[in-house]
Amino acid sequence: MSQDAVPARFAPGDRVVVREAHPPGHLRTPFYARGASGVIERLCGAFANPEELAFNRPGLPAQPLYRVRFRQAELWPDYAGPARDTIEIEIYQHWLEAAP
Amino acid sequence: MSDVHHDHAHPHAPPPDADATLTYHQALELAVTSLLIEKNIFSAEDMRRQIEAMDARHPGLGGRMVAHAWVDPAYKARALANGSDAARELGLEIGPLKLIVVENTEAVHNLVVCTLCSCYPRMLLGLPPDWYKSRAYRSRAVREPRAVLAEFGTKIPDDVEVRVHDSTADMRYLVLPRRPAGTEGWSEERLAARATRDSMVGVALAQPA
Repeated sequence: MSQDAVPARFAPGDRVVVREAHPPGHLRTPFYARGASGVIERLCGAFANPEELAFNRPGLPAQPLYRVRFRQAELWPDYAGPARDTIEIEIYQHWLEAAP
Repeated sequence: MSDVHHDHAHPHAPPPDADATLTYHQALELAVTSLLIEKNIFSAEDMRRQIEAMDARHPGLGGRMVAHAWVDPAYKARALANGSDAARELGLEIGPLKLIVVENTEAVHNLVVCTLCSCYPRMLLGLPPDWYKSRAYRSRAVREPRAVLAEFGTKIPDDVEVRVHDSTADMRYLVLPRRPAGTEGWSEERLAARATRDSMVGVALAQPA
């Protein structure tokens, strides 16, 4: 929330893709969402990066945090429920790219 | 005496109420705690008081928010826009909690999970139940939520969207369940008791009238 924050690149409704990356360390982007595409539901604000905080570093500049909505069928090819079912996940901006 | 202190060397089974052997991380926690106390970072009394304060939190606090949202549409709108402010508006002390309230409707049923650990709105619901922290709930709630809901006795029709919220980062979630039928004219206090813990996590509906 400080001024020392990365500017937000995405707005609600934007289509995004979660980076397909597997760096070492403490991560908050669930494996099951990596590589998936979804839609920005809202911007939650900017927060010190937990991947840095975990190692007692300041985690600044703060990273914008979004809630991203995915269709369950996009995440789980064998999803048994109706196509309308969704999941929303909090994901930091540095894990997101604009959908092609 | 010799009957009790027999001298053969076989191992006896542990008594049924024996404490489990500490895991590596439990031993580490105890070691770090005693170091912090020894170095006067905090006292044993500080720690006891903090545990007592957390244990005093209970789902009735979240229930007050739900009941007020049920009777006051303008408050509900504020709660959906900014859950933290709405909690403070009722005088609930939530510290730095970033709360998002999600509303169950005819068309959407919400379910909360933290797949990475056990994030939970403790300030409003108290400590999470053991099942919420279990690996089974954390892994299954995201990939077969309807099966998990059914195991809690909650059947969601196929024409209702099940929307799971994975609490992976800085936000915490409170489900605003649907108001039970037949509760028109009830006091907020009476309504609040219908908003059970499980209904505010989303594994159940509010308790019927």
